Amino acid sequence: MTVAPLIEVEDLRIDLDDGANHIAAVEGVSFRIDRGETFGLVGESGCGKSITALALIGLLRRPLSVAAGAIRFEGREIQRLSAAEQRALRGNRIAMIFQEPMTALNPVSPVGRQIAEMFVLHKGKGWREANQLAVEALANVRVPAPERRVKDYPHQLSGGMRQRVMIAIALACDPDLLIADEPTTALDVTVQAEIIELMRNLCAERGTAILMISHDLGLVANVCRRVGVMYAGRIVEERRSDDIFSACAHPYTQGLVDSLPRLGSRAALGRSRLREIAGVVPAIADFPAGCRFNPRCAQATEVCRTTAPETTWLGAGGLVRCHHHA
Amino acid sequence: MKLGTSAIIGGLLFALAIFVGLFAPWLAHTDPVMGANLMNAEEPPSWIWWFGTDAQGRDIYSRVVHGARISLTVGIVSQLVNSIIGVTLGLTAGYWGGWWDDVVNGLTNLMLAIPSLIFALAIMAVLGPGLTSLLIALGLTNWSFTCRIARASTLSLKSQGYVQAARVLGYGDLRIMITQLLPNMVGPIIVIGTLGMGGAVLAEASLSFLGLGIRPPYPSWGSMLSEARDQITTAPWLSVFPGLAIFLTVLGLNLLGDGLRDVLDPQSRSRRT
Ligand SMILES: Nc1ncnc2c1ncn2[C@@H]1O[C@H](COP(=O)(O)OP(=O)(O)OP(=O)(O)O)[C@@H](O)[C@H]1O
Ligand code: SF4
Ligand SMILES: [Mg+2]
Repeated sequence: MTVAPLIEVEDLRIDLDDGANHIAAVEGVSFRIDRGETFGLVGESGCGKSITALALIGLLRRPLSVAAGAIRFEGREIQRLSAAEQRALRGNRIAMIFQEPMTALNPVSPVGRQIAEMFVLHKGKGWREANQLAVEALANVRVPAPERRVKDYPHQLSGGMRQRVMIAIALACDPDLLIADEPTTALDVTVQAEIIELMRNLCAERGTAILMISHDLGLVANVCRRVGVMYAGRIVEERRSDDIFSACAHPYTQGLVDSLPRLGSRAALGRSRLREIAGVVPAIADFPAGCRFNPRCAQATEVCRTTAPETTWLGAGGLVRCHHHA
Repeated sequence: MKLGTSAIIGGLLFALAIFVGLFAPWLAHTDPVMGANLMNAEEPPSWIWWFGTDAQGRDIYSRVVHGARISLTVGIVSQLVNSIIGVTLGLTAGYWGGWWDDVVNGLTNLMLAIPSLIFALAIMAVLGPGLTSLLIALGLTNWSFTCRIARASTLSLKSQGYVQAARVLGYGDLRIMITQLLPNMVGPIIVIGTLGMGGAVLAEASLSFLGLGIRPPYPSWGSMLSEARDQITTAPWLSVFPGLAIFLTVLGLNLLGDGLRDVLDPQSRSRRT
């Protein structure tokens, strides 16, 4: 008997309709995340990672909308839920933390109150109890002297502390899924590592599944068990993190792997430049026909320019979309 | 938080007016309406009659002190009503947009196009004179600036990360408006409100002067001025003291409003840590 996945995205298409154009910004995206599992979405800026995440929590707004496909959370289709049912999921069962800890907290409200609000909103607690729970929540994210910190305003905290507060807010209601959209890009490297470690430990303790979004393949592969590589609105390869470096199948993934600095390599020592993928991600309006990666792909042939590649299943649940995959 | 000189002077003047209004019955020497005595008619200011007396022999000082009650009640209550209307309309219009925004914008433009005093005059003409009519007339006619500010703040705050984050965390619209938007715009709203209060004190005086507001014998500063009109050459103190009271109160509120603007300005807020 197979257990139903926590969240399942099937053939998702997100349309961008700004009056003049009607284009699929994301197309044919499918993935599933099981309870307590960790899944990563990787890709360059603008490939559609964040809008996919917003679709998961039912928060796409004009000019973007879910045009086709289904998103099922515990078997229930998000699109079919009422506004109130969706709100009851958000922050409660599915939580999200963002890139910008500087701006994601209300500047005129003490951080403790912002955490407590979650217990009041989703768990029906009174303010007194909620405030106590907020202190515990801060202690859980290893903020020193939490009983004093709860009274602080966001501008009194460092970037790393603010991101801890964000995690405390996100995990306050013990969600089943935590979406982390570039959670550490605004932080410096040492703090970044601490925050990632904290997030991973807390989620592992509580059995919270993680959907981690980043342009950093190394980071995502390190945190997540499986990785989906997105390019121009499509998932081009999905693999177990263990396989992605040694046996990636898509030329774009290969490009991402090659552009990572490797420990002890000449590049990491700064003696030679890292290899980059030539060219840039096309804007939505001029996605090329056929395989969307073809203008930048060294292996591209005639068929790549005319026909979009089908899904090829690899071993161990992996898949790739490329006519000439490795 | 550093208060400027103007905010301090303005605040002191306003505090003085509030103090006088609150403790009027204890500060006054005689009853402002019934304390008439023709034996003392039209006395100039002296040690006994600080601000002089009027044609009926009533103590002007006592009447000015009691007038503070009426002026401040009208100023504070009507501006509070204006602020509530303006914030509610502006916030919801900016947040929801669409047809509601169009309706609110149309209404605001209408209010801005017609001078609010003319509007208040029309309402007073319908309702008749009296304190309640004054509060209604002034409370309904001066919310357009507050509304504009609230709407503009909402539009700029709406794209802030913490407002987006609140949506992601499952906040409903009302909760977002109350916890994320409103507290981040109180500064400018208070500034507009303080300045508007000064305007309301002045508007009360104007309407009462025209006989549409508080009617004699009740001592509002405007109605006192109105009564004193004919004796401005023979008994100037009848006009000077109520006029001075209006002047100082309105000056105080304007100084306070300007001073608060400097303190509460979001830019100066971010500089302070
Ligand atoms: N509100 C919007 N209106 C119009 N286009 C949008 C909107 N939001 C996103 N897009 C477009 O959709 C595409 C995907 O955006 P998305 O934010 O998902 O990218 P991303 O993969 O998260 O990139 P990044 O790494 O920069 O966060 C982009 O081309 C972007 O320009
Ligand atoms: S399908 Fe063709 S163009 Fe696309 S990645 Fe594969 S080889 Fe390159
Ligand atoms: Mg993004």
